[in-house]
Amino acid sequence: MFASVTSRIALQTRSTLVQRFYTTGAGVNTLLYVEHKDGAISGATLNALTAAKKLGGSVTALVAGEAPEGVAKEVAKLEGVSKVLTAKDAAYAHALPEDIAPLLAEVQAKNGFTHLITGHTAGGKNVFPRAAALLDVAAISDITAIESEDTFVRPIYAGNAIATVKTNDKVKVITVRGTAFEAASATQDAAPEEVVSSSEKLGLTQWEGEEIQKSDRPDLGSAKRVISGGRGMKNGENFKLLYDLADKIGAAVGASRAAVDAGFVDNSLQVGQTGKIVAPELYIAVGISGAIQHLAGMKDSKTIVAINKDADAPIFQVADYGLVDDLFKAVPELTEKISK
Amino acid sequence: MSNPLRIFVPVKRVVDYAVKVRVNATKTDVDRNVKHSMNPFDEIAVEEAVRIKEKSPKTEVVAISCGTTKSQETLRTALAMGADRAVHIEVKDDSTLEPLAVAKLLKALADKEANKPDLFILGKQAIDDDASQTGQMLAGLLKWPQTTFASKVDINDKSLKVVREIDGGLETVSTKLPAVITTDLRLNEPRYASLPNIMKAKKKPLVKFTPEDLGVDISPRLQTLKVEEPPKRAGGRKVESVDELVDKLRNEAKVL
Repeated sequence: MFASVTSRIALQTRSTLVQRFYTTGAGVNTLLYVEHKDGAISGATLNALTAAKKLGGSVTALVAGEAPEGVAKEVAKLEGVSKVLTAKDAAYAHALPEDIAPLLAEVQAKNGFTHLITGHTAGGKNVFPRAAALLDVAAISDITAIESEDTFVRPIYAGNAIATVKTNDKVKVITVRGTAFEAASATQDAAPEEVVSSSEKLGLTQWEGEEIQKSDRPDLGSAKRVISGGRGMKNGENFKLLYDLADKIGAAVGASRAAVDAGFVDNSLQVGQTGKIVAPELYIAVGISGAIQHLAGMKDSKTIVAINKDADAPIFQVADYGLVDDLFKAVPELTEKISK
Repeated sequence: MSNPLRIFVPVKRVVDYAVKVRVNATKTDVDRNVKHSMNPFDEIAVEEAVRIKEKSPKTEVVAISCGTTKSQETLRTALAMGADRAVHIEVKDDSTLEPLAVAKLLKALADKEANKPDLFILGKQAIDDDASQTGQMLAGLLKWPQTTFASKVDINDKSLKVVREIDGGLETVSTKLPAVITTDLRLNEPRYASLPNIMKAKKKPLVKFTPEDLGVDISPRLQTLKVEEPPKRAGGRKVESVDELVDKLRNEAKVL
């Protein structure tokens, strides 16, 4: 309490030039919830950290897990993290929301954080609204920009409208669209660590297991290049055409909902409103018509290429380069000519 | 035989998924003078509840919608799909209902029922606000387990096993009822309501409450300052051949 008052006074006495850069910083005290798996920090957490830094003020990171020590050490080295809280308990092993949400709420209550922030991932979406309800505040999902400490920009209607919302709540609970913010990087000096705990562990749900799709290709959410296939691929075997091209240019492979529903590829590859949101430098859509729900997941890509034999497919309206051709001829030709 | 299940299925009336929405002239909202229908994820939720009922016929499926009078159309659709009765929590035409308010209304409704629900099945997100919050908030308020983004649900007596869609693949969790499930797209394929069932749905009971009846404050916590069109892409250029495409990508876009 005293600390935040002092820092506010200190800020006020600085030059006006400095104040201009810190217009939103006074009193802001952010908790970053770190998602991690198999000892590695989730990429989306690094994007969320950049968003947290934009709020101004200090950023404290929370690492919860069965053995959070290793990840906490890495998090402490991230630029902009001023303190790392670790919560070690077997109950936190699989980030089950029934146990993580009360931890977040309790850590917030004890430390008076003004903002809770994390990535808008399957994990972030699962935990944060529950924590918001426990704090009796609104949750603000999938923000793409920060206007000030209480005003945020977020897409609605599958990205067909952009809303600017201001919250009247004391605590702001926010998930961040990863592709809208750069990833934060590591620095030299490690931030201090502190152990925290929560009294409330509901233990309602048991984690049974998981099936993760293994791939040597880059992660879909953060890849610089993405090649996606749709219904036009006709079957799962034909996706090999895309894998060949992807391997040649170091791209990740994605898919439309039609391709996933038809069983061509695993649903974790779905790009769109209800799947992954990507914004790579190059997005190649192959045999994808370009439904509203698919465009929602890729239309912020820098360069979009469409290969489709239907010249009227809506995908051509957003494509920087459209090729009207049979994909079974054009894709192998593209793979061959790119390798030259 | 254990006690029959009581399943609550909240459904939302939204702008139809196939409509290309436009921002209104005053930049405060989107144009709502367009076709509306049941949120697609909620159809999946109703379908799942009805399938559970088909396996154990004593199950009761209650469809709930919070919104203006027009939400009753959406409730009738749920009844036509096989829900037994409906509850309409009516708000005034100009009210904004946020996920936290809806979660509180649903909790209040559950608390009010003499026979408590065993299960809530909700869609994972509404395709208008894209928030993906209500189910999680409701579970948090009730202190019930939550199994979100479900692609497979197994209920055996009071135990529940759910396969969830997560980043990178699938995860399986198990828990006990009462619980909250939110549905992902691949959970099932919703049925179409047949004409006889639509006729029968008109006779099924529909009761109304207001937020005041349930003692819930629905005042919004967020204020929408403006709604804008997303930036337009300058797309639409066609190339004639793969050679030209490779050339443009290398020399013009410089992405290869």
